[in-house]
Amino acid sequence: MDPAFIVVQALSGLANASSLFIISSGLTIVFGVTRIVNFAHGSLYMLGAYLGITIVPRLLDIDRTPTMFFAGVLLAALAVGLIGVLMEVLLLRRIYKVPELFQLLATFGVVLIVQDLVQKIWGPVDIAGPRAPSLRHGIQIMGQRFPAYEMFLLFVGPAVLVLLTLLMQKTRFGVLIRAATQDREMVGALGVNQAMLFTGTLFLGAFLAGLGGALQIPRVPANGHMDLSIITEAFVVTVIGGMGSVPGAFVASLIIGLLQAFGILIFPKITLVLVFLLMAVVLVVKPWGLMGRPEATANRAVLPEGILSLKPFGTGERLVAALVVVALLAVPLMGDAYKTKVGIEILAFALAAFSLNFLVGAGGIVSFGHAAYFGIGAYAAGLLVVGPLKLPMEGALVAAPLAGGLAAALFGYFVVRLSGIYLAMLTLAFAQITYAVFFQWAEVTGGDNGVVGVWPSAWASSRSVYFYVVALLAVAAIVFLRRIIYAPFGYTLRAARDSANRADAIGIDVRTHRWLSFIVAGAAAGLAGGLYAFSKGSIDPTLISIGMSVDFLMMILSGGLQTVMGPLVGAGFFHAIKDFFMPLTDFWRFFLGLSIIVIVLAFPRGLVGAVDAGREALAHRRAG
Amino acid sequence: MTDQKFTRRSVVGGMAAAGTLLAAGPGSAQGAPVKVGEINSYSKMAAFAVPYRNGMQLAMEEINKAGGLAGLGGRPLEIIFRDDNSTPGDAVRVAEELLTRENVTFIAGAFLSNVGLALGDFANQKKVLYLGTEPLTDALTMGSGNKYTFRVRANTYMQTKMLVDAAKAKQVKRWAIVAPNYEYGQSAAANFKKLMAAAVPGFEVVTEQFPALGRVDAGATVGAIAQAKPDAIFNVLFGADLTAFVREGNTRGLFEGRQVVSLLTGEPEYILPLGDETPEGWITTGYPPEQITTPAHKAFFDAYKAKFNDTPRLGSLLGYVVGYMIRDLFNKAKSTDTEALVTALEGLTSDSIAGPVVMRAIDHQSTLGAWVGETTLKGKLPTMKNWRYADGKDYLHPEAEVRAVRKG
Amino acid sequence: MLLSVQGLQKRFGGLVAAKDVSFDLAAGELLAIIGPNGAGKSTTFNMVGGQLRPDTGRVMLAGEDVTGLPPRLVWRKGVGRTFQIAQTFVSMSVVENVQMALISFHERTRDLTADATSLYRTEALAILDGVGLTEMADRSVSELAYGDVKRVELAVALASEPKLLLMDEPTAGMAPRERAQLMELTASIARARKIGVLFTEHDMDAVFGHADRIVVLVRGEIIARGTPEEVRADQRVKQVYLGETGVQAALKARRAAQA
Ligand SMILES: Nc1ncnc2c1ncn2[C@@H]1O[C@H](COP(=O)(O)OP(=O)(O)OP(=O)(O)O)[C@@H](O)[C@H]1O
Ligand SMILES: [Mg+2]
Repeated sequence: MDPAFIVVQALSGLANASSLFIISSGLTIVFGVTRIVNFAHGSLYMLGAYLGITIVPRLLDIDRTPTMFFAGVLLAALAVGLIGVLMEVLLLRRIYKVPELFQLLATFGVVLIVQDLVQKIWGPVDIAGPRAPSLRHGIQIMGQRFPAYEMFLLFVGPAVLVLLTLLMQKTRFGVLIRAATQDREMVGALGVNQAMLFTGTLFLGAFLAGLGGALQIPRVPANGHMDLSIITEAFVVTVIGGMGSVPGAFVASLIIGLLQAFGILIFPKITLVLVFLLMAVVLVVKPWGLMGRPEATANRAVLPEGILSLKPFGTGERLVAALVVVALLAVPLMGDAYKTKVGIEILAFALAAFSLNFLVGAGGIVSFGHAAYFGIGAYAAGLLVVGPLKLPMEGALVAAPLAGGLAAALFGYFVVRLSGIYLAMLTLAFAQITYAVFFQWAEVTGGDNGVVGVWPSAWASSRSVYFYVVALLAVAAIVFLRRIIYAPFGYTLRAARDSANRADAIGIDVRTHRWLSFIVAGAAAGLAGGLYAFSKGSIDPTLISIGMSVDFLMMILSGGLQTVMGPLVGAGFFHAIKDFFMPLTDFWRFFLGLSIIVIVLAFPRGLVGAVDAGREALAHRRAG
Repeated sequence: MTDQKFTRRSVVGGMAAAGTLLAAGPGSAQGAPVKVGEINSYSKMAAFAVPYRNGMQLAMEEINKAGGLAGLGGRPLEIIFRDDNSTPGDAVRVAEELLTRENVTFIAGAFLSNVGLALGDFANQKKVLYLGTEPLTDALTMGSGNKYTFRVRANTYMQTKMLVDAAKAKQVKRWAIVAPNYEYGQSAAANFKKLMAAAVPGFEVVTEQFPALGRVDAGATVGAIAQAKPDAIFNVLFGADLTAFVREGNTRGLFEGRQVVSLLTGEPEYILPLGDETPEGWITTGYPPEQITTPAHKAFFDAYKAKFNDTPRLGSLLGYVVGYMIRDLFNKAKSTDTEALVTALEGLTSDSIAGPVVMRAIDHQSTLGAWVGETTLKGKLPTMKNWRYADGKDYLHPEAEVRAVRKG
Repeated sequence: MLLSVQGLQKRFGGLVAAKDVSFDLAAGELLAIIGPNGAGKSTTFNMVGGQLRPDTGRVMLAGEDVTGLPPRLVWRKGVGRTFQIAQTFVSMSVVENVQMALISFHERTRDLTADATSLYRTEALAILDGVGLTEMADRSVSELAYGDVKRVELAVALASEPKLLLMDEPTAGMAPRERAQLMELTASIARARKIGVLFTEHDMDAVFGHADRIVVLVRGEIIARGTPEEVRADQRVKQVYLGETGVQAALKARRAAQA
């Protein structure tokens, strides 16, 4: 290959790496100090770009100089920094104590809100920003032209690294950030004003995100999709580098930048997969990233977030359960076709959510990519029905849980080696790999078009009959999973969650047990996916998307993680909110995001948890 | 923004108000409205779907003002708009809701191909009419086509063929292809290769780049293409990917001395964001609204501008054309029964502002064409030059191919 | 010999946490490892229990080499243990903790259908009775005082009828009176069932009052070993470890034992 080409291609990669580092460094610093994985970091980046295209042209109108351009970029970044402060004071401050999963979801709520706000303020059309004066041209490098602006970007990343290092070494604020990153409790013990430190950190993190966004305006137009496309990449960088490690983020950015620049030459079609594959490999080999350190294990045993005591159904609960089942069976008789349809969907989602809570609630395995198994189940069913095999529905519904279980066996083998946020990130990576494969491998999966013609067999083609098929299978699967939770298998899973050390010391094979649970949950999700597919007639990659995984998490969260039956209530409730807001306004994402945040803040134990708490309080009052 | 005012409520409310006001006047629509359900990505793809909805709304108002649906005794037309959350699953649920709760006579819409295919298959299963308006995928009227599914916009194959026709005269042989890595990009690339190989002897593809949709690494992609030293480039990128690609290519001189042929780039939706970076002389399909001076189009242009304080986009034109197509459909069918509608729609001719449009019976693809020309900057306005309206009837899939792949 | 530890060594980066640690332990015997903070006591326990893999050296259990086996397999060979920081299943009740150990002991952890709350409940209650926790059987572990949690750990460790008990600071966090009770209980169980006990304590009353033999560990190395009397008399131990307070405590312990 032409050496000049290799040099220029490497420079392109490094320029991207540099941009990626600016953004990721903010994410990793915020994580280091607050231990919050800020999904909304991508939204801050997007706001940086939008503020950039708003502020910079005004300044350039005054005077068309590079100074004005960069003054505008800095102003935009500062403004985003202030938005970060606002976010800390209004939201994050209230959720430092809640479990990771809830934090992740609350920040995802912010993502939804910002998406709609941006559309409201700037409109839905992409807006291209101005180019930087004096940096419009290309520079000749070994006879090839390379954009001057990218040459400039190439230096910004290292400059940010140097400035951050100075900040960390030389200022009190920086020293505190480092201290908090290494040992959070120590900072509290030192009597530092924690609120100020956290607010300051959010300012810094948001500033870096905003800077990253504003610096992009000469290259990419400000658009409403940039938040989610950057956040996944920034996650990958922080995870590979080690969460909380700024130098780690730098190294990881370089690797990703170069991997993409040269990856497209060798594997032009699978660059998306490549990045996540790299992340998966790193997590498997170095569970805390290249430069991260293991999470300091808590010195005291804390109550896990999830299912705590298991009370068998009392007469009251039995009655309610019986009533629910009867009501369910009456849906096709009493309701119209649409109610029946919604009923089918809720049942399929309830099973998926229940299987997720089997992992999260009972196993403490916070899967952020449960949609993968749901989607794989749906695809297995769909491809078998319409593919060359032309299997009937019955066969496909057997294959769906098998496929979900098989995929869970493969991914879970690696997933169960990790814990906490790294585990969540690895599940996310696997889900994204799956998504990319199904999205891009059009020959086999139909790509984004998906597969159509996935309808039930003739005998079940009436909506009511199919409803009963779904009700039977979903309820049976849920009852079975519930049985497992109350059985030694479920107790063992909870034991492994409560204390892996203790479990190991009484002869429990913790890893294998968690793996088996992952497979069981994957199979159940696969069945749910299969049932869902036949109710829609078509399948496509949105079934595997992050959005779907978040929906499932929302269901178990709104129902209540601590309760066994909560996910079922959550599935119904969540579906109802979406159904309610969607036809009402184009800005339903705004309301959905708001609902997520309200639930996290007001009902941290979910709806069923809130009911339980209310009943306990009542019982207390009676007793006292 | 004007477009954000049109939530479903305000639309329905506005309709009702218009109905009562107009009921008194002569020539206005009367009787129970005939409902049509329209499903589209109004929230996540607002840049495309909202101008489309505007166009449809404009047509609907004009139709009702002019006496409603003559074939149905002057009943007014009511289009109920619903968001599909850009996912097929939600779209199918919403379709169900429209059919059972709102009692719509048929469903229309979809921007995304997967949503269109899902709705088409759903329509086939439930035996209701689905008029796919925007989805481009060939499959909708070919391999996955069915009795109840129709499509208005010129599909990927047709638009690619228009470009190949315009480009083959130059007899350039060494091509690079850059396309987003998903079904639309892949099938456009495949169509292009097939059609070019037939049209240009010695045609060869020296490199193919398939960046991920929405996250093109423009610098690296441009570098990789330049390295292959093609004589011409076929581009399928659009949206933010396109803007990034154009800027990077301009700076690095990728387009200098190379013919670029680019799908859809001339549509206002995509060319306007390019601003002063708009490349000169790319052969493309699109729509130059301000330059089309036929009286019918001029009237539409002015009315749209007056109502929405914005120039129409391709979506607006399409929505407007579809609105009138729906009127013509009801007038021909004289019924709201699905089978009657399907029969009437097969071969339906509609005199659109773009010219006569026929719904071909064998594949349910309309002959609505596209404007083929070259990209240019007129003052500060990115638009097209040397364009002509390519009537879709000359670019449809050959009948033999249709017969070979269509099941019903 | 029940347990025979030979030349164990463990490094953490530059730090040698254990160096050439060797000792034997007979069935029914109580062996105490003592030493200042950071001496390597827990490290040694963890190498015996399987939580850590030694760099070199061997751990023989009843003549069988168990070096480097994972904890669950070491447990299968008859080793129960408690941790310096109590490790229990906090979401479960006291009796469920013991039931869990019994479920594992009877190899039913993968049973998908049985009702876990009633499984081995009688046996578990009997074990709880043995450590004086009957009253608390149905309370959640998360509500218990720390001293009681430690007793739960002991009950869990005993559930598998172990040959060897490893107890890393079993009485830490307890009131003096409780400490004595727990140590007496442990000693009596050990002697009655012929269980070997390896334990460590910072409380010298517990050590000198109950240990049959003592090993003194300082900076990863054994500097003395022998009966309590021998160790108490050892000059180096006095110097580097016991100091004045230690000697006084030892005397006090003996007086208490004699009284
Ligand atoms: N996993 C580890 N990684 C690195 N160093 C370790 C690790 N575990 C223990 N150490 C170090 O090894 C040395 C011995 O630790 P150990 O826990 O065995 O001491 P100990 O005698 O049990 O002390 P204490 O009485 O405080 O419990 C200490 O310096 C400790 O910091
Ligand atoms: Mg210790």
